[in-house]
Order: sequence, then C-alpha cells, then structure tokens
Amino acid sequence: MLGKLTWAAIPFDQPIPLFAGAIVGVILLAILIYIALKGWIPYLWREWITSVDHKRIGVMYIFLAGVMLLRGFSDAIMMRSQQALAFHSEGYLPPDHYDQIFSAHGTLMIFFVAMPFVIGLMNVVVPLQLGVRDVAFPTLNSVSFWLTATGALLVNVSLVVGEFARTGWLPFPPLSELRYSPGVGVDYYLWSLQISGVGTLLTGVNFVTTILKIHAPGMTYMRMPVFCWTALAANLLIVAAFPILTATLAMLILDRYLGFHFFTNDAGGNLMIFMNLIWAWGHPEVYILILPAFGVFSEVVSTFSRKPLFGYRSMVIATMAICIIAFMVWLHHFFTMGAGADVNAVFGIASMIIAVPTGVKIYNWLFTMYGGRIVYATPMLWSIGFMITFIIGGMTGVLFAVPPADFLLHNSLFLVAHFHNVIIGGVLFGAFAGYTFWFPKAFGFRLHEGLGKAAFWCWFIGFYLAFVPLYVLGLLGMTRRMQHYDVPAWHPWTLVAFVGAVAILVGIIFQIAQLVVSFRHREELRDLTGDPWDGRSLEWSTASPPPAFNFAVLPNVEGGDAYWTIKQRVLEQQTLAAEPEYEDIEVPRNSATGFICAFFATFMGFALIWYIWWLVAVGFVGAFVTFVAFAWRDRTEDVIPADEVARIDRINRSARSAALAQMQPAE
Amino acid sequence: MSAVQSKPNRFQHERILVCRTRRVTVAAVRCGSLIALLVLTACQGVLDPQGPVGEADKTILIDSLAIMLAIVVPTIIATLGFAWWYRSSNTKAAYRPNFVYSGQLELIVWAIPLLTIMLLGGVAWVSSHDLDPANPLPSKQPPLTVQVVSLDWKWLFIYPDQHVGSVNQLVIPAGVPVHFELTSASVMNAFFIPQLGSMIYTMNGMRTQLNLSADAPGDFPGLSSHYSGDGFSTMHFDVKAVPAEQFTAWVNATRQTGSTLTQQSYPDLAKQSLSVAPFTYRDVAPDLFQKIVSQALPPGPGPVNEVSAGANSRAGQ
Amino acid sequence: MSAAQGTAERGPYPIGHDATEHREPHAEHAERGVVSKRIIVGYGFWIFLLSDIVMFSAFFATYAVLSDATAGGPSGKDLFHLNTVAIETACLLLSSFTCGVASIGARAHNDLMYYGAMAVTAIFGAGFLSLEIHEFAGMVAIGAGPSRSAFLSAFFTLVGCHGLHVTLGLMWLLTMMAQVFAKGYRADILRRVLCFSLFWHTLDIIWIAIFTVVYLMGAAQ
Repeated sequence: MLGKLTWAAIPFDQPIPLFAGAIVGVILLAILIYIALKGWIPYLWREWITSVDHKRIGVMYIFLAGVMLLRGFSDAIMMRSQQALAFHSEGYLPPDHYDQIFSAHGTLMIFFVAMPFVIGLMNVVVPLQLGVRDVAFPTLNSVSFWLTATGALLVNVSLVVGEFARTGWLPFPPLSELRYSPGVGVDYYLWSLQISGVGTLLTGVNFVTTILKIHAPGMTYMRMPVFCWTALAANLLIVAAFPILTATLAMLILDRYLGFHFFTNDAGGNLMIFMNLIWAWGHPEVYILILPAFGVFSEVVSTFSRKPLFGYRSMVIATMAICIIAFMVWLHHFFTMGAGADVNAVFGIASMIIAVPTGVKIYNWLFTMYGGRIVYATPMLWSIGFMITFIIGGMTGVLFAVPPADFLLHNSLFLVAHFHNVIIGGVLFGAFAGYTFWFPKAFGFRLHEGLGKAAFWCWFIGFYLAFVPLYVLGLLGMTRRMQHYDVPAWHPWTLVAFVGAVAILVGIIFQIAQLVVSFRHREELRDLTGDPWDGRSLEWSTASPPPAFNFAVLPNVEGGDAYWTIKQRVLEQQTLAAEPEYEDIEVPRNSATGFICAFFATFMGFALIWYIWWLVAVGFVGAFVTFVAFAWRDRTEDVIPADEVARIDRINRSARSAALAQMQPAE
Repeated sequence: MSAVQSKPNRFQHERILVCRTRRVTVAAVRCGSLIALLVLTACQGVLDPQGPVGEADKTILIDSLAIMLAIVVPTIIATLGFAWWYRSSNTKAAYRPNFVYSGQLELIVWAIPLLTIMLLGGVAWVSSHDLDPANPLPSKQPPLTVQVVSLDWKWLFIYPDQHVGSVNQLVIPAGVPVHFELTSASVMNAFFIPQLGSMIYTMNGMRTQLNLSADAPGDFPGLSSHYSGDGFSTMHFDVKAVPAEQFTAWVNATRQTGSTLTQQSYPDLAKQSLSVAPFTYRDVAPDLFQKIVSQALPPGPGPVNEVSAGANSRAGQ
Repeated sequence: MSAAQGTAERGPYPIGHDATEHREPHAEHAERGVVSKRIIVGYGFWIFLLSDIVMFSAFFATYAVLSDATAGGPSGKDLFHLNTVAIETACLLLSSFTCGVASIGARAHNDLMYYGAMAVTAIFGAGFLSLEIHEFAGMVAIGAGPSRSAFLSAFFTLVGCHGLHVTLGLMWLLTMMAQVFAKGYRADILRRVLCFSLFWHTLDIIWIAIFTVVYLMGAAQ
C-alpha cells in the first residue's frame, strides 16, 4: 500500500535531522497559521500563487532561492565546522550524515539557489527591458516556477523522511547504482531534479521565444540591453543542455528501477558515458548561471558609472561566443580519467579559449568605469567585488585547464575553492547586485543602504577568509569531501575557513536585517518615480512596482540605452511627453494550472521514490487532467479598460512631473 | 601627517583613504608572501615533490600561474585604480560620457587574453604530451610493475613479478620508475600520491596506467582523491620509498609471513571495511589482477549491513 | 465565442518594424505592429522540439557507444527483423502524410477532412505502436530484454523513448479531436493542432534516424 515507506523512514534515532526537521516544521506551521488568521490566503492565492505575471513569478523564484540559500548555507557551516573539529577525531557528523550534507549542499545551491535566483532576475527584468507586457507563455512560466518549487520541496522532505543521496551533487556511477546506494537517497535526488528540470527547460523555451520574437517597436536586437543578450545566451544554453541532463538522469533511473545496464559495473555498462553526458550538461550549466550575472554587472556598472556600456557590440559577440564554446569543453572535468594526451590537450586548449571572451567582458566593464562618475551604491560595491574576485577564480580555472596542473589538483580543496570563487564571486555577487539594484522596481521602496554595505563587506571578507585557506589546503594535498583527517598541517587552515563561514553568516544576517528594516521604513524609502538610480534602460520608465500591464503604451525605442535617450529629451524640454492615447489592454488571466500540476508532481515524485505505484498513477493522471482542463478554458485574457489604464498611468506621470523640477539633464 | 592638515578639508578624506589604502596594500602583500612561503615549504603537499613527475607537474603549475598573474595582477590594480579615481567625488577625473567605443582598445582588449591563451595553450599541448600518465619514465633502471586495486575502502597493491601483495602500504625502491596498472573492485576512485605527482582514476572493468618514481628514499602519504562512499576518508595509504637492497629484503620478508590472496580469499577482501591497518600477502594468484579487470571476479558487493541500525529501514529496504 | 476569438487572434504583444511608418519624432507611445500569436506559439514549440531532439541525441550517443556491449548476449544482427521495421516505417510515414491532410482540413474548417485524417493518423500510429510493442515483448520473451546487456538497455531506451513520444502523441491527438468537437475551429485550438502536427512530423524524422542508425546499421554488422 505504501511501497517501501515505513515509520522507520523518519530519523527518530538521529537528533540532528530530527530536531532540524521539527524546528522547520513548527516554523512553517506557525507561518501558515498566522497567514490564515490574518486572512491573507485569498490574497496570496489570487495575487501570487495563481499569478502568471512575470514580475510576481520572478519574485517568487528569488524568494525560493533565498530560503534555499539558508538551508544550503546551514549545510555549509556544518561541513566547515566538522572539518575544523575532525582532526584526529570523528567530529560530530558520522560519515553517512556528512556525505548527505555535502551532497545536499551542492544540489541545493546549484539547482535551488543559483538557478532560481538568476531565473527570477530574468523573469522580473527581461520583459520590462524589452518594453513588452509579459513573456511569450505566461502560464507556462507559472508551471516552470511551481515545478522548480516541487523539486526543492522533495529535497527538503528527504531530511525527515528517508535520506538524501550520499554521492556528491553529481551522482557518479557505479556509486549511485542500486548495488552501492541501495537506499532512497539517490532516488530523491533523481526525481526532484527530473521534475524541476522540466520546469527549467520550459523557462528556456519561454525566454528564447520572448527575447527573439517579442520587442517594443524600434527595439532591434542591437538595441537590447546587454542583460537581455546574456539572458538569451543563458536560455539557449538551457534549451540545448537540460535535455542532456534529463536523458542522463533517466538512464540512471532506468538502471536503478528496471535493472538496465547503462552504467553498472556488469553486463557491459560503462560509467564513462555518464561522466561524458553529465558534464556535457554540467559545463553549460555553469555558464547558464554566470551569463545572467555578467548581464547584471553590465547594467549596474554602466548605470552607476553614469556612462553607456563600453564596447556594446563586442559584449554581444563575447556573450554569444561564450554560449557556443561552453559546449566544447566538458572533458576538462575528468582529465584524470586517462583519455590520452591528444584528447586532454585539445579540451584543455578549448577551455582556455573561453577565457578570452570573458576577459574581453572584464576589460569592457573596466573601460565603462573609465571616464565615468562612479556612485558607490550597494549594487556597485557587489560589482567591484565581483570583478576582483572573479578574475582570481577564472585564473585558477584556466590553471585547471592545463592537464598536468589538473593531475595534481583535481578533486582537491583547490578545486572546491576555485568553483566557489567563481560561483560566489561571480554568480552570487551578481545575484545580490541584481537583487539590490532591482528591488525598488519590484517592491516600490528601496533597501536600506547601510545594512546593504555591511552585508557586502561581510560576504566579501568572509569569502576570502573561507576560501583562500581551501586553496592552500589543496596545495597541501587535501582532497575534497573528507569527513575526518589526521594531517596536522591541514588543521589551522580548516579553522580559518570556519571563521570565514561565520563571517558570511553575519553577512546573511545583515541581509535579513536589511529586509526587515527596509520594510519597516518603507515609507521613507519609497521609490516615488520608479527611477531611483537614474537608470538607462526601459524598466526604469515604469512605476515601482509596475502595473500588471507594465507599460500603458509600449514605448518607442530609438537607440540603445532606450530610457536614457527619452529621459534626456524630457529633461531638456522640462516636461513629460504628451499623454498618450490610452487603449484597452489585455492581460493573461491568472491560472492555478502551475500550482495544481506541481501538487500532483510532488505526490508523483514522492511515490516514485518510495515505490508507491498506485500513487504514481494518480499523480500522473492528475497532472495530465490539469493540463487538459487548462486547455479547455475559453477565456484566456482579462481586459483592463482604457480609463483604468489612464488612471494608473496618470499617478506615475504626476509623480514624475513633480520630480522633474529637481532634475538636471546630464552633461 | 602635517601635509594632511595643511590641505583643505575636502581632500583630507581622500588623502587619508590613499594612505590607508597604501598601508592595507603593503600589509596584504606581506601576508600574501607569508602565506606563499608557508605553502612553498609545506610538508607533503604538491608543491613539495619528491619525484620527477611531481617536479614536472609542479613546474607547469607554477609557470602557468606566473603567465596568468602577469595579466591578472595589472587588471586587478587597474580595476581598483579606475574604481577609486573615477569616483563621483573626484572632480579631477575627466568625465567622458561618450567614450563607448575605441577600435584600438578593442584590438588590445581581445589581443591580451588571446595571446596569453596562445602561450598557455602551447604549454598545455606540450606538457600534456610530456606528462601523460601512461608515458614510461626515462631511466636506466628497468621499471617495477605494481598492480593497484581500489576496494571499499582500502588499497590493494600486487607485485606481479615478486608475487606478493600488500594492503594500504606501498613499498617501492627509490630511484626506480614504477609502472602502475590500476583498476577498481567496485566504484570509481582515484590513486594519488601528492608528492610523487599525477593522479589517475581507477574504474571497474577497466585498466588505467600511471608511471611515477621517487628520487630518494622517504615516506609519503597516499590517498584516494575521488569520493567513493562512507569509508572514503579512511582510504589512505603509506608509501615507503626505500633503497633497492632494502626493497628486495622487504619482498623476501613478505614472502615468509601472512596469508595468500587467491580467487577464494579475494571476495572477503572485497567486502566493505573501514580503517584497515596495513598488512601483506605472502603470495598472490598470478592472474588475479587480470581477473578483476575482466570481471571474471565479480565487482565488490556494496553495503550488506548499513552503519546505523535506523539507516537500514530509512533507506527503504 | 466571438470575444474569445477576438482575444485569441490579436496578440497583446506587438512587435514592430511597421512602427516607423507613422510615428512622430518625439512620441513616447508606440504604434502597433503585430506578430501573431500563431507565429509566437509555433516558434516556441519549435524551440521545444529542438530541445527534444537534443535529448534524443543523448540517447543516440549512448546507443552508439554501447552498441557493441552485448555482454555475450544477442546483438542487433541476431534480433532485428527488418521486415517488421519496414512496415513500422511505412506506418509512420503514412501517418505523417495523413497528419498533414488533417492540418489542411483544420485550417479549411473541413470536418470530414479533419476528423477523418486524424482518425487515420491515429490508426497508423497505433499500428506502429502495436508492432513495436510486439517486437519488444518478443525480445523480452527470449531473454533479450533491456536488463540483459548494456546494448539492449540502450536499444530499448532509445527506441522505447520514441515509442513513448508516439504514445503521448496519440493521447494528444485524441485530445485535439475532442477539443475541435467541443469548441470548433477556434484560433487557439488551431494553434494547438499546429503544434501537434509539428510534434508528429518531428517524431517521424527521429524515426528515420532510429531506423538508419539502429536497425539498418545494426543488421548490417
């Protein structure tokens, strides 16, 4: 009836997951009860859960990323403390716990923190920057989000029901095969990623179509903000790479569930295929993460240097070059497999080539700052921090691209330091820069600057404290994922790394404090005009937050930095352009499809993990019926009448007129 | 600091900032050198090689790093420099809002990374061929063959010509090139002796190769550098490089005591075990390694009894 | 129905090079050029199909690597019956043709053409599936199932994945017949018929690749 599921699946005998699960459960319940008592459920259902508005969906993605960051970071601080303690000692985490923790840490951070964060930013910003009303397929957008949330939920359920994978964040066979991992851990991993992978793929389809096919009048490709170009490249990578992940995980699932022999030791299976396929996905994946971050920096650096981006055309070329070369380098993840000198050298050189367009981008940002008037708001601090940190991380990456260097450092803590260097210094700093930059746009009030700066410095210093010791440890011969060790030379460095993790914790506390304080003082921090940073691109021409339809009338684009041109003209003339002719606007209707599909997908995933076959069938049928029901609806859009559009727009226009008196045109 | 006081207030702040920045930079450089010094004289790391392969690997590593630092350091300095000079409160800086394109700059900006990569690419090509793990090492001495099997969670070393075996301890003659043939009994691992050089994966059903050599007698740590399960952290082994006569003596002594490793006793070894203390076999069946590679001897059985009682049921069995 | 038709036809998302025709130099508001929803939906669905082809490529690559890993068991030469495969191919190719006829019928709002051609497409598709299931069952019965060897795992997965897509396609086909029956030839339903036919034709293209790489090359060893 319940497959493999029994009461023994709950870790009554293990205090750490038990208490962690209990505390989280209590907090969630308390929040739910509070929301219900306050009567907010109808509001949440109507305005957020069933919303197909890209801005709302983007905010929900970023919220998911933030919550998962807390969970992933808890894993991190447990790992650092374990390694600081486990010198000539078993530490406090037995191996099977420790192995689950580092596997969960990597899985959560990549799939449920970094991906949702960048996808969330793209959701909020791209349609606004293109000057359009929404993405190509709004309901599909909602489905994508909720399927991603399902994946995150399943990984977290594994904490209290069953166990998580103990294979690392990529489940290399044969360790991940049934023989060596007989439990449900790997199954949790596989199904949560398959389900959220569908969501991500649909996002890719959605954004490629949007960016290539839906623009405001006059917005040619070469007038798009660079963030849209990097979003395009990232989503092209999603469309081309995620199917490989789907296929590879499916093969491992078939091995585990139906006794196939793709990667088993016996009957002709070959683990090398898994390595090749998973990294053929895995390397493009890291570019999916970093390219939108690069886009954020392009926007932030040009806005806060008060100059257009230097070298727009070469930025575009560099972006698309990175997109293409990303598919040609995957073997550098396993130089030590013994493929031979020719193969290793070719892939090594290809990996170095990708450093060229990246270097070009750095220099373009540098020359954007040159001749600028730089304002050090928090987003700009994150950007400068990124430039310095990412250069170092990229350098160590190119070092790994030289096979003999890799032969010494592969899988060591030097590697761990490298990829955290580029992911934290690149992706996360970019995400935080984007978060602090576009927060006023999404919510209508700014974030407290002082706390933002404090958070930045804690993260920046904490990062170096935590990861420079790991570089040293790698050179001292310490490999990754060690639950305990007895080499005296390693111990002091693990202590310093732990201190770094604590510094980052302080940074996170500052970020939470910043949210709370900013919300409390939101009236003083109110963004009245919609353009708090004197921005250059079209999202700053809308109110903060923008109305559901984004633009009362789609803007006419006359050049790059579309909004800047409009703004300079308005400032010269000291008056807003004439009121446009308002017309009725159609907006897509809300839909519960995404949420309900995800509901069924959660049960289907859980049932597949625990071998509860009747529930799998129910879940599948439920999801299918939901889609058909969605296909059956007759009204797909709501109409906002012209007077309502006019009323909403006039509020923003009067706020802008009032602010106009205080503004001067740029020199 | 009298120079500071005689300047107008407006610039005082920036002067102090410059001084502080200089002091911070000096401190940082001092710290960095200290760290580098510590690292370079580090015991038993990859920067302290004791064999020709390790030496060559380290040289490539340092050289590649140096080539890149030549670009990276000026770029970081330029970043900090521009970020500081072009701050909005600096009225001395020229504001150039129309400086958005420069053909010459583009040429340089593309050329610098490209030329660096060409140089580094050449290094990569040549060094990959020179230091391919399967390359035999040039030496007047004939190579010693050692067959390596990674099990859960220990290392088995078979000396096919000497007919002895050893677990978690590798004894080799110093100054003699050792030709390793490697496989795994179960899951993927990686064989790594940091001070002797390159690592290589071990995979069931497949045979990888590695050539290493120790210049002089010494003791070196060895480990698995690819995570392979719960007992992974205990999967380290001692490497003893000894003078040639001492090696022969060790072989002879090993042949006197200990059990034998045959097709019948191998399955016992293949069962999962942790923290195995080093021991030896006085005789190893001659085709044992080949049988493991060809899977005539089936791969290791994996977990039979879970570590914690609850884990068994929680794993859904 | 007319309101729905109206909303469904003219998308609210203009794109426009037409905008330049009568725009004043300093106007902030936009003129409306239109890219139809049909184009957007078709384009998006093509992108999705490309991603599906990438997934199949991964299975193809795996099959290619594992095609010799028979673990002492039967190989393609021993197992494939090219006659059956030829009939399967004919079924699919013909079904593609009838699917095209159905598309024309839908655009022409011709009930006989649409329902008739869709029904025939379904019959051919079902025919293909039944032959394939029969082939698979036969192989499993003689001990050449997917758990026999890596080669067979790869074979069953690649060909089976295609068969799974055909099955889902048939479910979609029946849904599209039901939708037209319930709601007529509405613009959004026609867009879905377009997507379905793109899907069905793509399955045919993938079958050609399977037929060549798996069956023809396998039997020729």
